[in-house]
Amino acid sequence: MTGWSQALSTRPAASSETETLTGNRGLLLEEKLLFEQDSPGHCGVDLPEPPAHESRLGGLERREPIGLPGLSEPQVVRHFTRLSQKNYAIDSGIYPLGSCTMKHNPRLNEKTARLPGFADVHPLQPISTIQGALELIHTLAHWLKTLTGMPAVALTPAAGAHGELCGMMTIRAALEARGDTRRRILVPESAHGTNPATAAICGYAIDPIPNNARGRVDLKALKAKLGTDVAALMLTNPNTCGLFEDEILEVAASVHAAGAFFYCDGANFNAIVGRVRPADLGIDALHLNLHKTFSTPHGGGGPGSGPVALAAELAPFAPLPWIVRSGRGLELVERAEGLAAQTIGRLKGFHGQMGMFVRALSYMMSHGADGLRQVAEDAVLNANYLRVRLSQGTGGALSQSYPGTCMHEVLFDDRFLKDTGVTTLDFAKALIDEGFHPMTMYFPLVVHGALLIEPTETESKASLDQFADTVNGLAVRAKAGDVAGFHAAPRLTPRRRLDETTAARKPVLRWRREMSQQEAAK
Amino acid sequence: MRYLPLTPVHRAEMLASIGIASIDDLFADVPPAARRAGLVDLPLAQGEIEVERALSRMAAKNVAAGSVPFFIGGGAYRHHVPAAVDHLIQRGEFLTSYTPYQPEISQGTLQALFEFQTQVALLTGMEVANASLYDGATACAEAVAMAHRITRRGKAVLSGGLHPHYREVCETYAQFSGLEVQALDPAPGQIENLNIDSDTACVVVQNPDFFGELRDWSALAARCHQQGALLVVMVTEIVSLGAVKPPGEMGADIVAAEGQGIGNALNFGGPYVGLFAAREQHVRQMPGRLAGQTTDADGRRGWVLTLSTREQHIRREKATSNICTNSGLCALAFTIHLALLGEAGLTRLAQLNHAAACNLADRLAAVPGVRLVNDSFFNEFALRLPIPAADAVAALAEKGVLGGVAASRFYPEHHDLADLLLVAATETVTEEDIDICTAMLAEVLR
Repeated sequence: MTGWSQALSTRPAASSETETLTGNRGLLLEEKLLFEQDSPGHCGVDLPEPPAHESRLGGLERREPIGLPGLSEPQVVRHFTRLSQKNYAIDSGIYPLGSCTMKHNPRLNEKTARLPGFADVHPLQPISTIQGALELIHTLAHWLKTLTGMPAVALTPAAGAHGELCGMMTIRAALEARGDTRRRILVPESAHGTNPATAAICGYAIDPIPNNARGRVDLKALKAKLGTDVAALMLTNPNTCGLFEDEILEVAASVHAAGAFFYCDGANFNAIVGRVRPADLGIDALHLNLHKTFSTPHGGGGPGSGPVALAAELAPFAPLPWIVRSGRGLELVERAEGLAAQTIGRLKGFHGQMGMFVRALSYMMSHGADGLRQVAEDAVLNANYLRVRLSQGTGGALSQSYPGTCMHEVLFDDRFLKDTGVTTLDFAKALIDEGFHPMTMYFPLVVHGALLIEPTETESKASLDQFADTVNGLAVRAKAGDVAGFHAAPRLTPRRRLDETTAARKPVLRWRREMSQQEAAK
Repeated sequence: MRYLPLTPVHRAEMLASIGIASIDDLFADVPPAARRAGLVDLPLAQGEIEVERALSRMAAKNVAAGSVPFFIGGGAYRHHVPAAVDHLIQRGEFLTSYTPYQPEISQGTLQALFEFQTQVALLTGMEVANASLYDGATACAEAVAMAHRITRRGKAVLSGGLHPHYREVCETYAQFSGLEVQALDPAPGQIENLNIDSDTACVVVQNPDFFGELRDWSALAARCHQQGALLVVMVTEIVSLGAVKPPGEMGADIVAAEGQGIGNALNFGGPYVGLFAAREQHVRQMPGRLAGQTTDADGRRGWVLTLSTREQHIRREKATSNICTNSGLCALAFTIHLALLGEAGLTRLAQLNHAAACNLADRLAAVPGVRLVNDSFFNEFALRLPIPAADAVAALAEKGVLGGVAASRFYPEHHDLADLLLVAATETVTEEDIDICTAMLAEVLR
C-alpha cells in the first residue's frame, strides 16, 4: 500500500505564500540530523578525567573512531524538542486507531515507575533486597487474575505478540505433555497479523476461518474445520470488527470437544474490563496488552508488556521466572524444577517489563474495581456515539460494515467513497490536515477499504463531536468531487506524502557522510 | 474519576442519541451466563495521594542500588543517565505517540529511529541496524532464527560464555521452531572448542563474555565463513564498545546487544532495548522495524518505516518474525544519551568504567583467598572465593553491600562454579564504595 505517486510532486498553489528562507514555517522547525551538527570533540556530558590505569582489554582496544557526533547539552535538548514537535500524540488530540486503544497516559504512572525503589533496582539483587518489587508483581498478578477470572498469569512477555507466543507455546507444551502432536491452528480472517505469524513461529500450520455475514466467526465453518489435528483456535474478542463474539460459549465448547485449546487475543480487553471475565467465556489463554487497556504509554512504538492469563491446565507450562510465596516471603523460581518442572523455559532476559508493571498497577489502583468497569462502559459508549454520529441521522455519512451496536470500536468500509475517486488512504490523509490522527485503515482485511475507529473512554463528548463533524464534513467534500484536494493531502504537515516505494526499493537505513554532502549541494 | 471526561449528563445525552435506555443494552451480545452484575472483588478507586503512598511503601521495601555500594552486573549495568534524557523522553509527543505508521505526523519518531539505527551500526561496526527489539536475550533468539533463514541450516552453536538467560531464551524458542541448539558448558577463563560443520547455521559468542573475558573473534569468523556458517556476536554491556574493538571489525555477520547501559535505568530487569545489526546483504531477513530515508511529495528529505513486507501485518504467517513492536522509548533514551556523550564522551565513559574495574579487581584480588580469574576484562570480572559465592553475596548484603552476583544463581548444577563471583564497576562507583566493599569482603572471608 502506498499513497504516493509522481503526479503529486508539484507544490500546492498556495505554497508560495508559505515559502520561507529557512524552510521553517512558524513553529514548524526544520531539523538536521544529529550527525550533521557535529562539533568534533565536543560533549554534552561532563565526565572526569579517568585515573591512570593500565589497560586490561587484552589487546582489543578500539583503534578506529566510532564516528559519533559531538554536541553540547543545549543542542541535544533543542534537537529532540524540535523532533518531538513533528509528532502527533494522544496528549495533543484524539488518536482513534482501531485495535490500538490510544487512551490517556496518566502522569502519576510515570512518577511511580521512577521511584528509586523500582527504577534503581537490579534484577539480580539478593531476594531479601527486592521484596517490594516482588510484592508489586504479585499484586499486579492478583489484579489481572481477578479481572480475567483465570488462575494464573505469566508476566514476562514483553509485548502483545510476545504474549501470543507465550500462550501458544504453553498450549503446544500442554498438548505434547499428553502425547498429542496436533499441528493445525485455526485463525479467523479478521485476526491481527501477529496471530498467524506467532502460530507459524510455534511450528504450526495456519488454517483460516471465514467470518459470517454478521462479522463474527462462522461457527459452521469452524466446526467443519475442527478435528483431532487442531491444536487451538486463536480468536480475538471483542473481535477486530469491534463486535462481541456472541456465540463464543458455543465456540469454546466446540473447540474443547475437539480436544483443542481456546486462545484469545485480548488486545480489545478494554471493552469488557470489569464487566466480563474471559474465564467465563471458556478461554484457556489470553494475553493482555498493558499498553492498551492499562494505559502504559505507547512511546512511539514500545516498550509494551503482554502478560498472559492461563487456565489451570496450561499454568504448569508458564515461562520462568515464577514468583511464589514461601515462609521467607516472596521468592523467584528461576529453574525448571519442582513446581516449575514443566515450564516452557525462559522467554526474555530477567523478570519482565517491571517499569510497565508499576505503571499498570498504578492505573488499576487509581480506577479501582468501580472505575475499571466505568472504563469499559465509557469506551463502548463513546464508540457507539461515534457510530451513530458517523453513520446515522442527517449528517452521518459513513457506511458501517456490520449494522447494529458495536463494542469499543466501530468498523466502516469504503462504500461511502464509491465513485468519488477518493480512497480510504486519501480520506485519512485529509483528516490529518484537519488536525486529527487517522483511524486504522485497511484493517481488518474482511471488508473493503476498512476504517476502524476506536475513540477510547478518555475522549470527551466535545472531542467526539468535533471529530464526527470533521469526518462527516470530509465525506461531503469527497462526494462533492474534490478529488484533487484529497489526493494532495496532507498539505499542512511537517512533510507531505512520502515516497514509500523508493524507500523500500533502495533502502537507506542509516546516515553516511556523503549523504549529507549531497543534501547540502541541493 | 479524574481520567474519565464524560459526566453523568453527557452519558445520558449520548445514550439518548444512540437511542437506547441503558448502557447494558450495549453489552447485549455478551451471553447472559458471562455477564457480571456487580463489581469484581478488588479495591475501589483511590486518589493520587493514596496510590502514590501505597506504591512508595512497596518501593521502600527494596534496596535501591544508588543507596549502597553496588557492584552487580550480569547483563544489566548501573550507569548514570543525564537528567536531560529522562526529561526529553517524557515529552508527551514522544511518550504518548503510537508506532509511526502515519509518517507525515510522525517525523520526530522516525528521524530519531534513523539516528538510532545509525548509532547502533556505528557502535557495532556493522552496516545496518534495525529500530530495536525487546531486549538482548530476545535479540539473541531472533539472531539465531535469522541465521537459520539465511543459511537454511538447522543448528546453532552457543558459546558457554553466552549470558545464561540468552541461552535459555534461545533454547525456549528452538523447542518450538525445531532448530537444534548446541550449548556449550560455561568454562570461565578457558578457550572453547566451538565445532562448526556443514549443518551449522551460526555460532553465537559474547564479548565481553558472561565472565567478563574479552576475545578477538576474527579467527572464529573466518572459520565460520569457510564452513558457510554465520558468526553472531552478542554484547550485554554496550558501553564496552566505547573502548573495545567492535564485532563488525572481527567479521561478525550479526551483532545483537542489550542497549540498557546507555540511557536506561535498571528497572528491575525491564523494559530494556535489544540492539540488532547486520550486514547489508542480509537486511531483508532481519526481524523488526526499520526506518528508512526517502523524500516527500515536495522533494524534501523525510523518513518512513520501510521494508515492511518482511513484517507480520503484511506477511502474516510468512513474516520474518511475529514482532509488532520495538522498544521505542528505550531506544529514544539510548539515542539521546549517546547524542549527549558523543565520540569523546562515550570514549571517556568507557575508560572510566575500565579504570574503576581495574582498581576494584586489584583491591579485591588482594583480599586473602580471593583470585581473579580473568586475563582481560572491561568493567566486569570473575573472582574465585574460598567460600561459596552465594554465601558471600548474602553476607555482603547483610552488611549493606550489593557485592556482585554468584555464578551459581545461573548454574546450580555446575559445582565447579560454586565459588565464582561476578563483580562489576561502572563510573557510578566511588573510591569509598571500593574501600567498603574490599573491607567487607575481607571480613566475610575471615
